[in-house]
Amino acid sequence: MRKYIIHSIFLFSVIAIIVSCQNQETIDLQNYMSNGKDIYKAKCQNCHGENGEGLGQLAPPLTDSVFLIANKNRLACIIKNGVNETLVIHGKEYREKMPAFPELADIDVAQVMVYVTNSFGNKQGFVPYNQVSTQLQNCK
Amino acid sequence: MNKIISSIAICMLSITILSSCQQDKKLPFYGERHAETKRDTAGIEKIDTVYQTIPNWSFLNQDSVVTTNKSTDGKVYVADFFFTSCTTICPTMHRNLMTVYNEFKTNPDVMFVSHTIDFKYDRPYVLKKYAQKLGVDGPKWQFLYGSKDSVYTLAEKNYLVAVGEDSTAKDGYIHQGYLVLIDKDRRIRGAYDGTKEDQVEQLKKDIPVLLAEYKK
Ligand code: HEC
Repeated sequence: MRKYIIHSIFLFSVIAIIVSCQNQETIDLQNYMSNGKDIYKAKCQNCHGENGEGLGQLAPPLTDSVFLIANKNRLACIIKNGVNETLVIHGKEYREKMPAFPELADIDVAQVMVYVTNSFGNKQGFVPYNQVSTQLQNCK
Repeated sequence: MNKIISSIAICMLSITILSSCQQDKKLPFYGERHAETKRDTAGIEKIDTVYQTIPNWSFLNQDSVVTTNKSTDGKVYVADFFFTSCTTICPTMHRNLMTVYNEFKTNPDVMFVSHTIDFKYDRPYVLKKYAQKLGVDGPKWQFLYGSKDSVYTLAEKNYLVAVGEDSTAKDGYIHQGYLVLIDKDRRIRGAYDGTKEDQVEQLKKDIPVLLAEYKK
């Protein structure tokens, strides 16, 4: 009987820890999403549109989940340093230059990246700030 | 009882007055004005208000063709100042202006004119590429290239839009994002912040009002 109680307490606390961890992650995700949205509106929406629809051939949409997943590990670098190459988004070629945003701190980049990759039909989930920091240190 | 009837009557009356006012709605005039005395055909002296007008102009358009005020004469048009490498307000201005363009695309009395203020880089072929990528084709929306002096003077003196070079600005230039509405007699009839959706919506409502002034 004693053994049984100890076992169930142990099991219970493991479950509690997992649940509370998940909760912490959901809370972080919500924070990132709401701050990320503000940054998006201020810095990105002019080109990429309110719903990530892009602007003609001048700026690509942010709705191509396949591209965003395939380029997951360089999104932070794209956002911080801009990009100037031929990108194929939804099967269309884009060649305009995206400007760099040196004024964005690592945490800002993380937040706006999490916002983009979890809006407009994307669902990549949470990426913590320290992971984004590491990516930013290794930009090519 | 009498009270009720009279208050209904007053309501009806004010509604008719208000709605009749609306039908006669005229857009305001912007810029300088002065009074001029003229003689009419019968030789009687009359005082007329004369409003500021856009002078003659001549620039290269996105097809490298010399384009002058003749292309907009007798039309209502929307003018703005931008440059293709602008990464801040211009994309928003032109995203919004696109919606106006699409709404009046088939109206032969309406035109669009965008002047670049980047005289160094925005040659006509750059403007052409920009227009195509924005999704504009054809002569209804002209993208115009001219010397610094001619464009900046036109902006500041005639369209009342501030423009300038500024090495401290993110893209090297500063300018206001106004969409300026010009009537068929080259007078300024409205200025709308092209970065604000509600003001652009107002522009869409004001263009038909301005066109209606000429229908009488
Ligand atoms: C001045 C316009 C402009 C602004 C502002 C801008 N971008 Fe971009 N963005 C572009 C262009 C143009 C490309 C394509 C670049 C290329 O083809 O090399 C691009 C590409 C991208 C891509 C990869 C391609 C895609 O469609 O998925 C992402 C992600 C992105 N931008 C996110 C952002 C974020 C986040 C911001 C705000 C911090 C931002 N952009 C601000 C113009 C802009």
